[in-house]
Amino acid sequence: MNGRKPTNITALHDWHVTHGAKMTAFAGYDMPINYSTGAVEEHLITRRSVGLFDIDHMGQLEITGQSADDFVARMITAKVSDLVPPMARYSLLLDEKGGVIDDLFVYRLPSSWWIVVNASNHAADLEWFRAHAPSSVKVTDRSDDTYMIAVQGPRAIELLDKVANSPVSTIQRFCWGNIAIDGIPVLFGRTGYTGEDGGELFFPAEKALQLWEFLLKQGEMLGIETKPIGLAARDSLRFEAGMPLHGHEISIEINPIEAGFKWACDFEKEFVGKEALLAIIEKGVSRKLAGIEVSGGVPREGYEVASPDGTVIGHCVAGMFCPTVKKYAANAFVEPGFAKAGTNVSVIIRGQPRTAVVVKRPLYVPAYRR
Amino acid sequence: MAIDKNARYLESHEYAKPSGEYMVFGISDHAQTELGDVVFVELPAVGKKLTKGALFGTIESVKAASDLYAPVSGTVVEVNEAVKNDPSLVNKDCYGAGWLVKVTPSNPSEFQSLLDPAAYGKAIGEE
Repeated sequence: MNGRKPTNITALHDWHVTHGAKMTAFAGYDMPINYSTGAVEEHLITRRSVGLFDIDHMGQLEITGQSADDFVARMITAKVSDLVPPMARYSLLLDEKGGVIDDLFVYRLPSSWWIVVNASNHAADLEWFRAHAPSSVKVTDRSDDTYMIAVQGPRAIELLDKVANSPVSTIQRFCWGNIAIDGIPVLFGRTGYTGEDGGELFFPAEKALQLWEFLLKQGEMLGIETKPIGLAARDSLRFEAGMPLHGHEISIEINPIEAGFKWACDFEKEFVGKEALLAIIEKGVSRKLAGIEVSGGVPREGYEVASPDGTVIGHCVAGMFCPTVKKYAANAFVEPGFAKAGTNVSVIIRGQPRTAVVVKRPLYVPAYRR
Repeated sequence: MAIDKNARYLESHEYAKPSGEYMVFGISDHAQTELGDVVFVELPAVGKKLTKGALFGTIESVKAASDLYAPVSGTVVEVNEAVKNDPSLVNKDCYGAGWLVKVTPSNPSEFQSLLDPAAYGKAIGEE
């Protein structure tokens, strides 16, 4: 991790390669960027049926001990005092300056806290938690023995209901349940990173190939289109649905207020970074995250955003073709006065200003919020 | 990878293919496979004079933007409007419906200087 080990592989690596995946380095892992299906079609499959994602590069930390509840509450931004099994919640992990170390999902398990973190920040997160943990709290890295697959799409719950030993449809959004699939014990979290219904599956790492192939085969047998989906489509799916990717919409250099994540912070409690955020709110932000729709080119990370008079007012942190809404769009940090939907701006693509307009995010309203 | 026997190629994977008195430009099957899903093409206007080896447009895939270089010199007489509206035609049929521009060549001998199908195949490690 963090460049110390150049390339990790997941247990499904050989499967991806033999099934026509184009592989790419991501967060220290050699991961499928897309299969022979192609990134655009993989995106569309996930929006119409079921996509399977190998996301074992993601990390899992388990926090236990007498004062674990207080520790977790202080370390992360989300409200946790009302989290009881089987609930889970999105949160941020901040430094004292209010910079975002990572974003994460926290699961309240019966006798521990289960925290799912990004691959690229896994080592830093672990170090941060451990550096702050009192002696009565234990932070255990569970990433090596835990495998993680996401099953996402409008028919994902239908597929899982048919193959699991107990129905997942009874598990509410942002809750988890213990199920078994093909005899494999699975912790199922009804969440995801695509804007579709579905879930994320945690299970023993040695069962990765068995579960992956079982789900694909069952999809085929049940007539539920189920395909493996690469990282390119994962990125366009999350982008359309308005979800952040650390290193882009949020980062150690970006605070949650300017990125629009005040809602993920519980100001009723104490947490690392709270004072900094209060100061930022008091002072006002110098930039804001805005969605921008562009004509005449594909906006990409790093491209400048200009006002109609040509003054540079910000830059894109992500941008791409969005297959479902069929638009070329970017997320950009711009001066607050230009962040309102309907504002005319331009994006500089290969030296040429291209017509663009600030639009309401997300471009695609997640299925479970409609 | 398919290599159109009637076309000739640049090492940067653009092809020129004679069509009556004109030359049709596009990118090879190898190139479209390497690029992945094409999501945007920017092409010159009709009447634009192109120079062999010079930039004539841009093709953007999901992952990156790539420059397009003219295989031969000439004047653009037609632009494939269908591919501007549906760039995936480049992936589906790069030598047919996914062509990019049609030019009147200004120096027909330039075509002979391009890689023939066998040489291009060798250049991309095939045949």
